[in-house]
Amino acid sequence: MKNSKRPSRRQLLKMGAAAVGGGLLAQPKALAAESPGKLGIPLGPYGERSPYEKAVRWRRDTKTPETGSSFSPLQDSVGTLTPSSLHYERHHAGIPFIDPAQHRLVIHGMVDRPLSLAVADIKRLPSITRIMVLECGGNSGSEWTAITGPDVQRSYGLVSCSEWTGVSLSLLLKEVGVKPDASWVIAEGADACRMERSVPLAKALDDALIAYGQNGEALRPAQGYPLRLLLPGWEGNTNVKWLHSLKLTDQAYMARDETAKYSDLMPDGKARIFTYRMEAKSVITFPSGGQKLPGTGLYELTGLAWSGSGRIERVEITTDGGKSWVAAKLHEPRLPIAFTRFRLPWRFDGREAVIASRATDETGYVQPTREELIAVRGTNSGYHFNGMKFWKIQTDGTVRNVEV
Amino acid sequence: MWKCSVVVGVVLLLASIPLASQSPTFGVGRPPTPEDFRELATAIAPDGTGLPEGSGTVAAGREVFAAQCARCHGQKAEGDIGPILVGGQGTLRTPKPLKTVGSFWPYATTLWDYINRAMPFDKPGLLKSSEVYAAAAYILNLNGIIGEADVMDAKTLPKIRMPNRDGFVSDPRPDVGPKAKKPN
Ligand code: HEC
Repeated sequence: MKNSKRPSRRQLLKMGAAAVGGGLLAQPKALAAESPGKLGIPLGPYGERSPYEKAVRWRRDTKTPETGSSFSPLQDSVGTLTPSSLHYERHHAGIPFIDPAQHRLVIHGMVDRPLSLAVADIKRLPSITRIMVLECGGNSGSEWTAITGPDVQRSYGLVSCSEWTGVSLSLLLKEVGVKPDASWVIAEGADACRMERSVPLAKALDDALIAYGQNGEALRPAQGYPLRLLLPGWEGNTNVKWLHSLKLTDQAYMARDETAKYSDLMPDGKARIFTYRMEAKSVITFPSGGQKLPGTGLYELTGLAWSGSGRIERVEITTDGGKSWVAAKLHEPRLPIAFTRFRLPWRFDGREAVIASRATDETGYVQPTREELIAVRGTNSGYHFNGMKFWKIQTDGTVRNVEV
Repeated sequence: MWKCSVVVGVVLLLASIPLASQSPTFGVGRPPTPEDFRELATAIAPDGTGLPEGSGTVAAGREVFAAQCARCHGQKAEGDIGPILVGGQGTLRTPKPLKTVGSFWPYATTLWDYINRAMPFDKPGLLKSSEVYAAAAYILNLNGIIGEADVMDAKTLPKIRMPNRDGFVSDPRPDVGPKAKKPN
């Protein structure tokens, strides 16, 4: 408030007098000199947010901070795009520092014409832009054993939505000429651990992108600068960052991160492998765990829904712990495999309420409860948790995580 | 190289096989050079494709491990800053499964591939091929999968049958809700 042009005490007195006289609007003009305006800061080359805005990613303290996750502050999100600076991260060997002029993407293996492409070569090709959600295969993984996530950031925050720009991988595969016997593409990143994943050729030919742009500028280093593989709808780890190699093969390579990790251990001791697609999921971001409603009255419940299988068709909300459900309003446009924001007006009358959302996607798949999930997959699955999240609004307005 | 592909294209056209989609349209990039490949880790297939020459014994691996790995994984790979690499066999069906190289990993080739590309965590790429074979041999031996006298190389490593080799099944989702597939 310091910088705003507030009337001085003398002004107020005069204004009062003028108001009495009925000439309020005409009077204050000549008095502006007593509290002059203040020039703003000069124009700048690259923008920063207001210092009053404090939303940040959250991460665990660890002795190996190069491997780990940082969670996006969904509770502070508005609309459907995640700022690149708040996009969730999951790295296994830190963020490499890459000079794009030195970086190359090599496409080799079972191809007619192996190619080494500079970033500039790729940017020369016809581009595609699409808004797309990315979710870590391990998002909400801690909810398998017990619903403990105290807030939406730490329990559901390994998901973000960006506008991505790049080149269709099928176009590049045409350039190299895939041999008829090839059935897999082994993708490798240029990070310290040379992150490796096996991708079925069918997916690579279908809708995979080699992205260089995010939200109107180059990818951030933490998101794979200068090149990233994007596999719409598939778990984050397969979207290999810092992409520098695509090797066409006739078999999956059984990399550590598709066997030992990102596979779902079932109650019978078998593990499901190649569970790539992230199924429909939603969560209420306001009010959510850790927040407090300032009092009774009318609020708008809001949150985010997405599905790796396509568009969100419906989101329902319960405020009575799952007994009854009402349809929420969905913001348009509802893009496939993208955040869809939903909202529902709701009156907090000071009585305890247990709220949750449930998404249905265009395939008819309905987001399950945690109970439905563990009835099939047990509690040791670790990855691909897409259950509903219940929040309890207490009589004083505080919002807490709750296990229903 | 490009000449060659043009010739192939013409031959295919003459043979009227509809492979026009297989010929390059933009002609971007260039054939990869040896320097380009030097940047890439060697990807190892479960059948051993890609494994280089060299070999390693359990005894040699014990030394490599003590020198390069133990500060993070513990002297006996019991885990510290880095994850535990031994034990857990028989726990996968219990409420507290312990997933390790020995109890969970389906292929020994993955161990070579992963150590070679990613370990030591703070200096990946440090080990020579034989040292990677040796470190893998030591970890396999600690897990009771190979004997003290076994030697790991491009021939022996892919032949190892890991205890959890048959522990992986394909993904039958959707597995819950109205669209659930019947379990098979
Ligand atoms: C500086 C610490 C450090 C050193 C040194 C180190 N590691 Fe690791 N290791 C780690 C960390 C951390 C991880 C987990 C990485 C991740 O998050 O993906 C790991 C993971 C592994 C794994 C995979 C375990 C699993 O179950 O997924 C293996 C195998 C391994 N290391 C072997 C080795 C070997 C062999 C060496 C020595 C040549 C070594 N490590 C040296 C820290 C270290």
